[in-house]
Amino acid sequence: MATDQLQQIEEIAPFEAQAEIEGGDVVLIDTREPHEYKEAHLEGGKLVPPGLLADEIGDAAPDKSARTILYCRSGNRSAIAAAQLQAMGYENVASMAGGILLWQEQGLPVVAASGMTAEQRERYSRHTLLPEVGVDGQVKLLNSKVLLLGAGGLGAPTALYLAAAGVGTIGLVDDDVVDASNLQRQVIHNTERIGMAKTASARIFIEGLNPDVNVVEHNGRLDASNILPILEQYDIVVDGADNFPTRYLLNDASVRLRIPVVSASILGFDGQISTFVPYEGPCYRCLYPTPPPAELAPSCSANGVLGVMAGTMGTLQANEVIKLILGAGDPLVGRLLLYDALGTTFTELKVRRDPDCPICSDNAPEIPESEMGQFPDYDLFCAGAGGDR
Amino acid sequence: MATVKIPPVLRAKTGGASEVEAGGSNVGEVLRTLTSDHPDTSAQLFGEDGELNRYVNVYLNDEDVRVLDGLETAVKDGDTVVILPAMAGGR
Repeated sequence: MATDQLQQIEEIAPFEAQAEIEGGDVVLIDTREPHEYKEAHLEGGKLVPPGLLADEIGDAAPDKSARTILYCRSGNRSAIAAAQLQAMGYENVASMAGGILLWQEQGLPVVAASGMTAEQRERYSRHTLLPEVGVDGQVKLLNSKVLLLGAGGLGAPTALYLAAAGVGTIGLVDDDVVDASNLQRQVIHNTERIGMAKTASARIFIEGLNPDVNVVEHNGRLDASNILPILEQYDIVVDGADNFPTRYLLNDASVRLRIPVVSASILGFDGQISTFVPYEGPCYRCLYPTPPPAELAPSCSANGVLGVMAGTMGTLQANEVIKLILGAGDPLVGRLLLYDALGTTFTELKVRRDPDCPICSDNAPEIPESEMGQFPDYDLFCAGAGGDR
Repeated sequence: MATVKIPPVLRAKTGGASEVEAGGSNVGEVLRTLTSDHPDTSAQLFGEDGELNRYVNVYLNDEDVRVLDGLETAVKDGDTVVILPAMAGGR
């Protein structure tokens, strides 16, 4: 754009623009990018990004004789756009000097992104830049409630990234205390906190990372008597349990409550992950109708586990949770992903809803309200099965 | 020949191998080849009735053989058979 063309542009101060806007009969054009517009814009401002000016201005400002005021962040892009509009035959164009920055500096009102403070806009700016997240998605994350079953090998990395992402409420179920042997993989705990309850240790870490997160400690084990009242408080559950009875109990309860579960398990150098959304895809029992015997299911404490592999699987779980909250992308519904850390290979398997599933198939018995809180004896069901307990 | 992916819990019974080649025209035959090459795997895969144990999932490529023709599912050269028991480890 030649300088002499820019010199012919009418520039007006924010207060002049405001007077004109209030007077009416003004077309107000925001010549910034969508993410900037989302964060804050002038009331009545229509978004026409610079790269789309030629294509979109006709819709936003169909009348070339109408008074047209352009603004951007600081006044440069709007001046260039104003010159372009003049060249296109617009007769009465002005650029607002100083842009929305000067406008706001002078205390004039903007339509700001709802539900986020200035600190949050800064903290989550790399999220809100993403069209798949944006301000609306970040607000969804801030309003979401996620329960982590286990604050250990899987729960630790999951909690780390969910907290950083601004998931507003993170519940933690764990009855264990931090042990030195945990620290090779459970990255939210540390040496100073050996001996502390894992839920309390996790709280200290999460609150230090992100004050936006409300941490709820459930310092105990999930069982048939407490699972429904705990699960009901959450939108999504992350299963990082270390034993089969808890995994089957969680599955059956989450199907009853129709709460999605992001489920992973780890052993040695291998991990598995899938996302179970009740009635949309298969449940854990569709995948594993019966638990394996103990010799086929050793525990991490007996068998060992590569710390960083737990981290990989935990962060994959966090990724699934965030996608479910945002409604973005394709979660692992009906898919089981296997990760082999030694070979660095991923294998994807299809998981179908089992037409004979005793829990989620059409033929499954309806559970009357009075029996919602009653569950079978999972220890008996899993007798002989592996796991830590 | 098909490639059979061995889960970590069975690798001690295949001499540490995570993949073995096994011949057979269907999934049952491939698994029988595996159990005759590595007899210790047999009790983990098959019950006394000769049926696949319920706690072992078997996939031909990416599809559960339960939704195909079970052990009768035809196997082509180059197919992959995945043996997958449930894992519970989380900590």
